[in-house]
Amino acid sequence: MRMKLAATAAIALTALPLAAAADGEVNIYSYRQAYLLEPLLNAFEKETGIKSNVVFAKQGLAERLEREGRNSPADVVMTVDISRLNELVERDLVQGVDNDVLEKNIPENLRHPDGKWFGLTTRARLIYTSKERVEEGEITTYEQLADDKWENRICTRSGKHPYNIALISSMIAHHGEAETETWLAGVKNNLARKPQGGDRDQIKAISEGVCDVSIGNSYYYGNMLQDESQRPAAEAVRLVFPNADGRGTHINISGISLTKSAPNKDNAIKLMEFLSSPEAQGIYATANTEYPANSNVTPTGLVAEWGKIHPDSLSLQVIAENRNAAVKLVDRVDYDGE
Amino acid sequence: MSEAATSVNPGLTQPLLAKRTSRRWLFSAILTTAIVALPVLSVIFLAFFPDENIWPHLLETTLPRYLVTTLKLMIGVGAITLVIGLSTAWAVTMCEFPGRKFFEWAMLLPFAVPAYVIAYVYTSLLDYAGPVQVALRDLFGWANAADYWFPEIRSLEGATLMIGLVLYPYVYLLARAAFLEQSPSLFAVSRSLGHSALSTFFKVVLPIARPAVAVGLSLVLMETLNDFGTVDFFAVQTLTAGLFDTWMNLGNLGGAAQIATTMLVFVVILVTLERYSRRRQQQFAARDNRDPIRRFTMSFPRQLICVAVCAVPVILGFVIPGVTLGVYAWEYFDESWNPDFVHNTFNSLFLSGTAALTTLLIGVTLAYSRRLHNTRGMQVLMRLSSLGYAMPGAVLAVGVIVPLAGFDNWLDSLMRDYFGFSTGLLLSGSAFAIVFAYTVRFLAVSAGSVESALQKITPSMDMASRSLGNSPGKTLVKVHLPMLRGTLITAALVVFVDCMKELPATLILRPFNFETLATYVYQFASDERLYHSALPALIIVLAGIVPIILMSRSISNTRSMA
Repeated sequence: MRMKLAATAAIALTALPLAAAADGEVNIYSYRQAYLLEPLLNAFEKETGIKSNVVFAKQGLAERLEREGRNSPADVVMTVDISRLNELVERDLVQGVDNDVLEKNIPENLRHPDGKWFGLTTRARLIYTSKERVEEGEITTYEQLADDKWENRICTRSGKHPYNIALISSMIAHHGEAETETWLAGVKNNLARKPQGGDRDQIKAISEGVCDVSIGNSYYYGNMLQDESQRPAAEAVRLVFPNADGRGTHINISGISLTKSAPNKDNAIKLMEFLSSPEAQGIYATANTEYPANSNVTPTGLVAEWGKIHPDSLSLQVIAENRNAAVKLVDRVDYDGE
Repeated sequence: MSEAATSVNPGLTQPLLAKRTSRRWLFSAILTTAIVALPVLSVIFLAFFPDENIWPHLLETTLPRYLVTTLKLMIGVGAITLVIGLSTAWAVTMCEFPGRKFFEWAMLLPFAVPAYVIAYVYTSLLDYAGPVQVALRDLFGWANAADYWFPEIRSLEGATLMIGLVLYPYVYLLARAAFLEQSPSLFAVSRSLGHSALSTFFKVVLPIARPAVAVGLSLVLMETLNDFGTVDFFAVQTLTAGLFDTWMNLGNLGGAAQIATTMLVFVVILVTLERYSRRRQQQFAARDNRDPIRRFTMSFPRQLICVAVCAVPVILGFVIPGVTLGVYAWEYFDESWNPDFVHNTFNSLFLSGTAALTTLLIGVTLAYSRRLHNTRGMQVLMRLSSLGYAMPGAVLAVGVIVPLAGFDNWLDSLMRDYFGFSTGLLLSGSAFAIVFAYTVRFLAVSAGSVESALQKITPSMDMASRSLGNSPGKTLVKVHLPMLRGTLITAALVVFVDCMKELPATLILRPFNFETLATYVYQFASDERLYHSALPALIIVLAGIVPIILMSRSISNTRSMA
């Protein structure tokens, strides 16, 4: 009796998500929230008739893909950070795509040499300063964050957050590990409070007078302006594009990879092509104020107002490779400590 | 004094054994444990293959701090839950005061609030831009944060309070059930021998309730140890933070599994110590349930104190978060409202319901097998099957994927080789995987409470039933289950509410386009905009209330039913 019950339940449970390899579909493992992808995927379906299925999680998707092996239903993985893309390549979970459309749309520095990942948007890591308490031009580089004059005046999120890790990785690439450690210890010394919250919280902290300077991704500011309750905080800060006159501002990418096992390979490549197309790139820019990776697309709205960005030309691959060194450095200077 | 209710084990082992039939019980216990323990064993297995040795770096840098913070958090949460849980359970059971009947079940309400939600709510209320500080600034004419001091909610203390507020119901629930089961005559005897009410509480009531309280407290501590959402949000650096850092930032899953395994060993030692310290105790209730509890009648000021003691945790843990969510849900109704709602709610209810029944079934099987075979081996099996609770949900999810995907791929290869067709992935990536994960994770809750309730039924019941020719199975169904009814319902409902709130494992294991209420809330919360999902968050809380009321009624009924 119990066995019968269990068997029935098991069948019901496995049959529930009847999906996903049917024709006209593409399956996505996403590190980015499903609701952020929705406008893009709707547009894709409208254009091609291909339906997208999404699983979103911030952890464990690579492990799931690896264990599922050749039977994995996932066609593509979408990430918000270069190190996740690099991890997929290192664990041999993705395959190269040799495709003219993608190569035309995405500049060479924003894609893997063998097409194992493609950047879809770039996001700049900016410095925010208080309009009231910091003069324009008082700080123009990441390096200056370690100056004594900012003592007790800087707020950031955890040093371990992937966005900060990528920034520190780029510092290591430019200055070497020892000098970066001195720099990071200097920044830590200037913190007004223990690292906490997200990038938006740092902008809020400036408007509250807790600190005068913070680091944050460009689109958070844009999104705050679009939200009525958060706009006053955003309006209290000024944007600084660090190192614009020198090596350029540090950027990270959100990107996409084709899995090795992709059961709907053709549809997946169509999706990748679509996401790099002017239409989709425009949606990214207006909906989430990110920089389009496709250099032929002129952004509109806020991103256009910011003007052309001068990005650091450092290879993203190098940033990904310095990740572990950066993480350990954060521990050594006890960046997140009291 | 506790000897009054405890007696030497009169030999539960041999007389209950009819060799052939009970071997079936033993076999099913071993088989179930083997399946349920698979995810945990997988994680331990992964621990043998780290990408690099993490310990030198950890020891040199952050490990001491992680350890100290973790201990502080556990001690703080343990203390809060014990104080609130025991005092309120005692008050509603033994004292007469206005609103007592209401508080009997209302004390459980905070249990319906997920820790990550309460953390978010209090941050939005108490941070600089929140209503509290705005009001203070207006009142005193302060210009900005530099002008005054305000306690930082995003701190170890804040996290301790938040977690304590939503977890104390574990202690309350089990303590209250234990208090209700105690024979009032014990209390009367102690008083007649000259003990005050307070000293009776500590010398008689608490020692007898200890196994139940210990189960509640260990659930609290394990949940605290594994919490990631709250401590991450509050930037409190516990061992779990170190674990996720090793996994996600250093990409070293093996190293992360080592930390998880270390935490597991820590929990096992803790639980073993507690059990060892009461190894000689064995209690069988002389259940004299017709004897009604005579509650204290108290002076008015004392009644007020009782009301306050009970009201404060409920207001802080439920009313304030509930009302805040309600206000957000109202303000952001258009963003919050979503036609998928009904569907998501159904998913949550279906998965949680299935998991609650499964854990109950397995919990009873294991606990009863242990009763039939009270051997050391069975004890080990029981502990082994409960280990899932001692692991962070996301790590456990990876532990679930390993055996399920392994099985799927093995079957698939077999089918391809011999029959030329592919079965693909049957179990992984299906709702089955989620229910399996829930079962593994929350089995400790149901098996623990069934076991401790079963221990209180005197073996003479079994002997009587068996000597009348009933098989062990029939004895279970006819004798034990009816007596355990209250416990069974409670266990199932606790698991149900826990599953409704479960997040990390659900996220990783779910099928495509599959949302539960918790995952739906999380995708906004993780993007720093929880107010957009205040409505579903409110529904998680509301959905938890119904089982909570049922639960409380079933406990109260244990007395009137008998």
